[in-house]
Amino acid sequence: MLGIEDPGVVLAYFLCIFCTLICLIWGAVKWNVDDES
Amino acid sequence: MSIWMIIIVVAYLCVIGYLGFRGFKTTKSATDYMLGGRSVHPYVMAMSYGATFISTSAIVGFGGAAGVFGMGLLWLTVMNIFVGIFIAFWVFGGRTRKMGLRLDAHTFPELLGRRFQSRFIQGASAVIIFLFIPLYASAVLTGAAKYISSQFSVDYNVALFVFSVIIALYVVMGGIKGVMYTDALQGTIMLFGMTALLIITYVKMGGVTAAHQSLTDMAALVPEKLQAGGHQGWTSMPKFGAPSWWVLVSTIIMGVGIGVLAQPQLAVRYMTVKSGKELNRAIPIGGVFIMMVTGVAYVVGALSNVHFQQTLGKVSIVAAKGDVEAIIPMYLQSAMPEWFSVLFMLTLISAAMSTLSSQFHVMGTSLGRDLAEESMGRKNKGGGVLATRGAVFVGILISVYLSYIIELKFGKTGTSIVARGTAIFFGLCACAFLPMYVGALWSRGITKAGAIAGMLSGSFFSLFWMVFIQEKASSALLLCNKLFGTRSLAIHMVDGKEVFSSIGPIVWAYVDPLMIGLPLAVGVTVLVSLFTKKTAPDHLNRCMGTK
Repeated sequence: MLGIEDPGVVLAYFLCIFCTLICLIWGAVKWNVDDES
Repeated sequence: MSIWMIIIVVAYLCVIGYLGFRGFKTTKSATDYMLGGRSVHPYVMAMSYGATFISTSAIVGFGGAAGVFGMGLLWLTVMNIFVGIFIAFWVFGGRTRKMGLRLDAHTFPELLGRRFQSRFIQGASAVIIFLFIPLYASAVLTGAAKYISSQFSVDYNVALFVFSVIIALYVVMGGIKGVMYTDALQGTIMLFGMTALLIITYVKMGGVTAAHQSLTDMAALVPEKLQAGGHQGWTSMPKFGAPSWWVLVSTIIMGVGIGVLAQPQLAVRYMTVKSGKELNRAIPIGGVFIMMVTGVAYVVGALSNVHFQQTLGKVSIVAAKGDVEAIIPMYLQSAMPEWFSVLFMLTLISAAMSTLSSQFHVMGTSLGRDLAEESMGRKNKGGGVLATRGAVFVGILISVYLSYIIELKFGKTGTSIVARGTAIFFGLCACAFLPMYVGALWSRGITKAGAIAGMLSGSFFSLFWMVFIQEKASSALLLCNKLFGTRSLAIHMVDGKEVFSSIGPIVWAYVDPLMIGLPLAVGVTVLVSLFTKKTAPDHLNRCMGTK
């Protein structure tokens, strides 16, 4: 798949994109969520 | 060197100077100098975190490693995005920021010290940072000075001196604001440079699938020595349990992937923002940055084999005459258009400056704030910034001296010691700080004695493993060879042949210290905590924000 032989490397390639998408979706959903020695 | 290159570099330095000056003008207190007044913009925070994390060694060193090991390094990018950004900001960031605010902590050692009510923890953490981060800084500084020296045809020592003075100016004067403003600019340049590198590479090689397929078709060309180590081609993982597999999985993927969580110069970033909202906003920015910078370096590093095979009839490591760190610069020189070399030069200089500035800053706060002021009880109102500025300057002098003397006295041997600096610091921080840090944020049961025992056992054990067992580190550090006449205690001579000690697929000489030291430190922390005096409930309630 994608010209890559090893399924483990294909998985890593897609997980990079997937994890970045999670970060983007998280940012969009949580954009305005806020939480005296 | 063209006139355009000079103009662009001068313009770049002017902008850096302006941002450093802006940091200086808005720094009025110790909180400003160490935490940016706890009100840093999420874009600045995320880019600063990413640019600090990713140094030239991540692009050139690990990109070159991808030229040798192949695209399996993408698992490190997965770890960097998921653990280094998502888990770090969401899970660690929120709690660290809130606890730091409740305890009025300004540094990572101060946070741990106040959480466990121990000046020893604060002081010892600061000592570990101050002793070992110069080695990590020297690794980055030496690489940057060599690159500048070759790019601008100037003497190595001149490059080292000028580069250090420029960084020193904006770190000493501008504090964390100067560091983070310049980091944000440098991170943005890195993002553009690496995106352009990926697009040009894929276009030149006929598209994504065609490029990968060309690399897959080269599996038979793997050098014999690498094949013997378990290498199965540049689009495959190495054979399970083989030396290549252990280096790739235990040192590169796990060592760096997990080690990032306990980096003091990164953990302090969580405390620079105003609220959890900023951390949430930083996650997508950091995720995209890490994917584009590290992911591109590893994909392009692996694909450089296709380029060198087509142009020189050799694979990357052979074309680079065995020098892993020469693969990416050689590829850029021979495969990229001329205009790109200027952009990439700025990318590499930015990567080095952003990492170094944070290393110098954390060195200064460790010495000035955690050791001189707090641990030794010499706290004086208003003197914090001056003491830390002086300490930053001392830290810079030590790093520069180390880079100068290592090159001068030890030549190639020194270079191999410095090259291990990044891995040594990441491994040590994970073993020494991670169990205590996790315990501080989540557990009411981890005691002061447990935290101290875990920190000391993690530090000593990881250092022992680096000096005497892990072959890559122990052969660079030379002490094992001096004392025992072998480069690792896990390697024995039998009938004149080297035999590596192992249990099943575990070959001890290839195992990263983190894989052994971290579980050990966790065990010691928990065990000692079970039998020692508990922390007062009212203090825990204050730390955790519970009633």
